[in-house]
Amino acid sequence: MLKAIELTCERGGRALFRGLSFELAAGELLRIGGENGTGKTSLLRIVCGLLEPAAGEVRWRGEPIASLREDYSRELVYLGHAPAVKDELTPAENLEISCRLAGHARPGARIREALEGFGLAGREVPVKRLSQGQRRRAALARLLLSESIPLWLLDEPFSALDAAAARFTEDLIARHVARGGTAVYTTHQEVGITASRVIEL
Amino acid sequence: MLGIARCLVHRDLLLALRRKSDAGTALIFFVIVASLFPLGIGAEPDLLRAIGPGVIWVAALLSSMLSLARLFAADHADGTLEQMLLGGAPLGVVVAAKAAAHWLLSGLPLVLIAPVLAIQYGLSASLIGVLTLSLLIGTPVLSMIGAIGAALTLGLRGGGVLLSLLVLPLYIPVLVMGAGSVDMASAGLAPQGQLLLLAAMLVFSAAFAPWAIAAALRISIE
Repeated sequence: MLKAIELTCERGGRALFRGLSFELAAGELLRIGGENGTGKTSLLRIVCGLLEPAAGEVRWRGEPIASLREDYSRELVYLGHAPAVKDELTPAENLEISCRLAGHARPGARIREALEGFGLAGREVPVKRLSQGQRRRAALARLLLSESIPLWLLDEPFSALDAAAARFTEDLIARHVARGGTAVYTTHQEVGITASRVIEL
Repeated sequence: MLGIARCLVHRDLLLALRRKSDAGTALIFFVIVASLFPLGIGAEPDLLRAIGPGVIWVAALLSSMLSLARLFAADHADGTLEQMLLGGAPLGVVVAAKAAAHWLLSGLPLVLIAPVLAIQYGLSASLIGVLTLSLLIGTPVLSMIGAIGAALTLGLRGGGVLLSLLVLPLYIPVLVMGAGSVDMASAGLAPQGQLLLLAAMLVFSAAFAPWAIAAALRISIE
């Protein structure tokens, strides 16, 4: 499904990694580990197509992602370091808009379910009044609406979450992989799911 | 694809509604700048009539500049810009929607308020009509050219100053044609020539600016 070939990433004139290759089949989970500043986020951004690698390429179903563009981005969910929620909108509005902008099906009534799953039901207030962890939950709730999207790319999904929400997210990722989805996540902490592949940068 | 563009315009209008001060700033700035000139220059009717169209057009340029710096910066800061880049529509469509929302929030209000300001300068009804029409055609061009600059200077320190240096020279043709059309009409000549050139700029920038904005964003986001 997803194949990275000889990726090299340079930031600020320094090579973060060179000649990195991996291949993920459907139903595989990749964990990218490593200390701060080793290029975990950069690798994830290269894989989702936001960052051009200095050398090498990423292929999705055998095609280079540079030529697939939005055909590729419709098949992935990327949750970056910043939660990508608007402070002025409520969690439900944020969820609806991010699903529609991504070109996925209109979520409709399932938004409520997703917010309930993350303990945000009934929180019809602008996101700026929520705590950091709740903001993170509002962003992660998108995963519950993205079950049919084959590729999940998650940058530090467990940061700022409490133990219960972290466990819930782990379950979500595990279920996605069990369904035959592919997922890549970065983390520098120990988590409760076992990844079928691990890259330590 | 159009659904995505509509959703984005709707989102930006909703955000402006929730954060009214931002949207009001450009309009109030426009009104104040255009009202300062009669106060500073004095109430000489012929002089005011002569400088009126130019002053209103310059005020429109500056006020459109004012809100440009925030066009992509807020979305960049909270990560929603990355989601737009990974959206289901080509980036050109997405940025065209952003520019359209910018015009609806900072261009259209100017067009609507301009006739009132023109009365301060003692312009006749037919001249007010030409001025309003020239602003209606010209301000979308400002939004689109400005968005290129905003995309290029995204994330730079001192980006605001650089943005003005980059964008204001590009605004000059719009200013010349816009203010020129009213001058032509006040001299008793047909303003159609200038207005049509302005419309040509609008068509040209609507066709090419989105791709330039998209290319600039891809560079800035890396």
